[in-house]
Amino acid sequence: MKYLLNVKNLNSEFVREIQAESKTRILHCYQCGKCSAGCPIANEMEYKPNQIIRMIQLGMEESVLKANTMWLCASCITCTVRCPREIDIAEIMDVLRRYAFKRGIFPAAVADIPVFNRIFLRNIKLFGRLYELGLIGFFNLLTGNPFKDVLLGPKMFFKGKINLIPERIKNASEIKDIFKRSAEIEHSD
Amino acid sequence: MKIGVFVCHCGTNISAVIDVQKVVNDLAKMPGVFAMDYKFMCSDPGQNMIISEIKQKKLDAVIVAACSPCLHELTFRNTLIRGGLNPYMLEIANIREQDSWVHTDRDKATEKAVRLAKMAVAKAKRNQPLFPQEVSVEKSCLVIGGGIAGIQAAIDISSAGYQTVIVEKEPSIGGKMAMFDKTFPTLDCSACILTPKMVQASQSKKVKIYTYSEVEEIGGYVGNFNARIRVKARSVNMEKCTGCGICWQKCPVKVNSEFEQNLGPRKAVYVPFAQAVPNVPVIDCVNCTYYRSKRQNPESKGLCRICEKFCPAGAIEFDQKDKIIEEKFGAVIVATGFSAFDHKVYGEYGAGRYKDVVTALQFERLLNSSGPTQGKILRPSDSKEARTIVFVQCVGSRDESKGVPYCSRVCCMYTAKQALLLKEHIPDANAYVFYIDIRAAGKNYEEFIERVQDEYGVLYLRGRVSKIYRTGDGALLVRGADTLSGTQVEISADMVVLATGLVSNPETVKLGQMIGIPYDKNRFFTESHPKLAPAETQTAGVFICGACQFPKDIPDSVAQAGAAASKVLGLFSQEHLMLEPVLACVNQKICNGCFHCRAVCPYNAIDEEILKDKSVVARVIESKCHGCGNCISACPVSAVDLKGYTNEQILEQLQSLR
Repeated sequence: MKYLLNVKNLNSEFVREIQAESKTRILHCYQCGKCSAGCPIANEMEYKPNQIIRMIQLGMEESVLKANTMWLCASCITCTVRCPREIDIAEIMDVLRRYAFKRGIFPAAVADIPVFNRIFLRNIKLFGRLYELGLIGFFNLLTGNPFKDVLLGPKMFFKGKINLIPERIKNASEIKDIFKRSAEIEHSD
Repeated sequence: MKIGVFVCHCGTNISAVIDVQKVVNDLAKMPGVFAMDYKFMCSDPGQNMIISEIKQKKLDAVIVAACSPCLHELTFRNTLIRGGLNPYMLEIANIREQDSWVHTDRDKATEKAVRLAKMAVAKAKRNQPLFPQEVSVEKSCLVIGGGIAGIQAAIDISSAGYQTVIVEKEPSIGGKMAMFDKTFPTLDCSACILTPKMVQASQSKKVKIYTYSEVEEIGGYVGNFNARIRVKARSVNMEKCTGCGICWQKCPVKVNSEFEQNLGPRKAVYVPFAQAVPNVPVIDCVNCTYYRSKRQNPESKGLCRICEKFCPAGAIEFDQKDKIIEEKFGAVIVATGFSAFDHKVYGEYGAGRYKDVVTALQFERLLNSSGPTQGKILRPSDSKEARTIVFVQCVGSRDESKGVPYCSRVCCMYTAKQALLLKEHIPDANAYVFYIDIRAAGKNYEEFIERVQDEYGVLYLRGRVSKIYRTGDGALLVRGADTLSGTQVEISADMVVLATGLVSNPETVKLGQMIGIPYDKNRFFTESHPKLAPAETQTAGVFICGACQFPKDIPDSVAQAGAAASKVLGLFSQEHLMLEPVLACVNQKICNGCFHCRAVCPYNAIDEEILKDKSVVARVIESKCHGCGNCISACPVSAVDLKGYTNEQILEQLQSLR
C-alpha cells in the first residue's frame, strides 16, 4: 500500500459520513479480526473486512473505495452477527457500495457488478420477483458474453430451475410504490 | 536413643514409585529405630499415630519421610510438641520432591529413599533440643517515603493506636500523586482526594512527620530497629512559621520549580505547592542570594536577607543546622516510590532538545489549574495553545535497547486520561495516541479507554513513533506507523507528550543495602514471595508498599500499603516475638579472631568479645542472626557452628551413605 497518512486523512469527514449513514460505530472497532476470520470470501478480497474498517477509521477514502471488498461481500452478515463490539459490518459494506456507486468508482475487476444490479432491480420492478432467464440473458448480452450460459440454460430449464415466461407476484403495484418511494428518498438526500 | 521413622505414601505420589514397605523394613533393621508407614502422614489420623507412638515407644526423635520440609515441617514440629517432644527433634527426609517425583526406576528410587531416611536418622541421633529466643517489640513504625503509599500505611497503623513516623526527603509529603491533575478512571481531582489524607496524617497525634529528612542508618532486627534520621536544615523555624507566604512573595530569586517539572518558577524560599504539608517553606541554599554571598565571603554579613526582614513571625533562621534524630522502631515500611524515565536517551525524539516535546508528568502540570499555565494547554516554546497533540506511549517501557524491559503498567491509562482531559479543555483539539498494546486491566479501565476512543474521538494508532523533528514553522513532525493498516503516518503536531515509563528511585540501591532488603535487576525491591507475601521482604519486620516494589497505580499502592500496615499491626499485637533458634554460635576456644565471619555476615550479627586472656574472639548477636550459615563456611578453623545443623551432624549424614 503506497500511502503516507497525514493529518488531512486522519481528520477527514469520511469516517463520520460512513458512520452516520450506516448508523454503526466504526470508531468503536478494536481490530480483533473476528469479522475477517469468519468471512467466507475474505481470501478473495484485496483488503479483509477488518482492514477496510481500519482504513475507514484512518480516513483512507481512496483506497477503501477502490477496493473490491464491498463488491465481493455477499451480505451473509456473519461478520455483523459475530462482532463483539456490535458493529454492523455488513451494513457498512452496503453503505460503501452506495457511496462508491454514487461517485462512479468501481474497481476494474468488478465493473460488471453495477450492470448486474441495474438489470436485477429492473426485473424486480417489472415482475415483483426475479425473472432468471431475463437476468442471465441481458447480463450476458450487456457484458459482451452473449453465449456464456447457452449450454447451461436447457439443463436448468429441464430441471425446473428457470422459466421461459416471467412469473409475476400478486399486487405488483405495491412493489412499484416501494420503488417510487425509495426514489423520492434518494432525491431528497 | 530411640528414633521413630514414619514413611508417608502421600496417596500414590510416593508409593507409585517407591516401595514404601521396603523402606520401612530396611529402616526397622537399624538399631534403636522403629519404623512404620501410613497413607497420609500429614492428615489428622497420621499425626495422631505419630503422637501415640512417641508416647508408647518413648521416642526421643522423629523422622518423617514425606514431602519437602517447605510444606509440612511446621505441621510435624507441632505434632512433636503435642507428643511432648522438643520440636527441633524432628527431621524430614524428602522422598517426594527429591525422589518419587523425579525418578521412574522403582528399585533405585526405593534405594534412594532408604538412604535419605538413613541420613536423617544419622543426623537426628545428634539433634539437641533447641528453644526459640524471646525478644521484645518496640511498638512504633518507621515509614520511609511520604507519598500516597506511605501516608496510607501511616494512617492505617496510627488509627490502630500505634506510633508512626513518616520520613520524607522533599519539603512536603504527598509524593507524585500531588502533581497529578486527575486520576483515572474516575477523573477524581488528584489533590482533592490526596490532601484530606495528608491532613489526616499530619493532624494525627500518633503520626510524626519528618519532611526534608532522610534516613541515614538503620540497624537492629525485627521488633528492635534503630534508625538515624537526618532532618535537613530548612532555615525556617517550623514552630514560629505561620505559612503566611510573605517570604516567598518578597524573595527576589526565581528558579525553575521541581514540582512544576521545570515549566514554572519558584522562589529560593518556597513551599513546593499550595496545599503542602507542612505548610512551612524551605530555603534553597544553592540559589539563595544570602547563602551564595556567604559562600563567597564567609566574613560578610550576607546579602539580601529580604525574607528575614519581612517575616512577621521572625521565623527565618539562616544559621539552622541539620538535626540528627535517633529513634527505635519495631517495624519499617519502605514506600520510596518511583521516578520517571529520562527520555534524553531517545535522540530520535529530540533527546530533550525540543521544548514542545514534554513528558507526561509535565503535561499533568499543564492540565492542572494550579499549574504553571493555570490549566491552559499552552506549549512551552511560545505559549501558543496546543490544538494538535500526539501522545507517544511506551517511552522507555518495553524497550530492551534504550529503556527497561518491563511494562510500566500505568502509562496506557494515564495517556488515555490525558487525551480525554485535552478534549475536555479544548473540544475541537486533535489527539493522536501511538501505542503498541493497550493494557487496561483494572476495574472500569477498559470501559474508560472505550470512552476516550468513542465519545472523545481520540484516534489510536498502533505503532511506535520512529522520529520527531521540528519543521520551519515551529511545528513538530511526528513520523510513525499504523501496523493495523500497514501504513506510515506523518502528523504535524503542536506538541508531543511522551508517556515516560516508571523506573526505580535512584536511592533504592543505597537504601536496600542499608536496610538489608534485596532488589531485582530493575532495582525494584523484591517481595518475600511474589504471590503469597507481596508486602513482606526477606528481612523480618521490614515491609514494602507502593511503586518501590514495582510500577503500580494509586489503588494498588493504597491496597499494598494497607497490606503492609496489617502485617505491622500483626507484629505489634504480640508482646514478645519468638525467634527461630537455628542460629550460628562460636566455639570461642577455637576462634582465632580472624573475623572472616564478620566480613561475610549480611546481618551485622558478629560482634567482638574480649576474653579473660585479652584475646579477641567473635561472638554471635543472636537477635540479629538469621542462621544463613555464611560465617560457618567462611571460618578457616571451623569454630562456628549452626545449631541444629552442626558440622558434626552433616558429617554423620555423609558417613551414613557409605
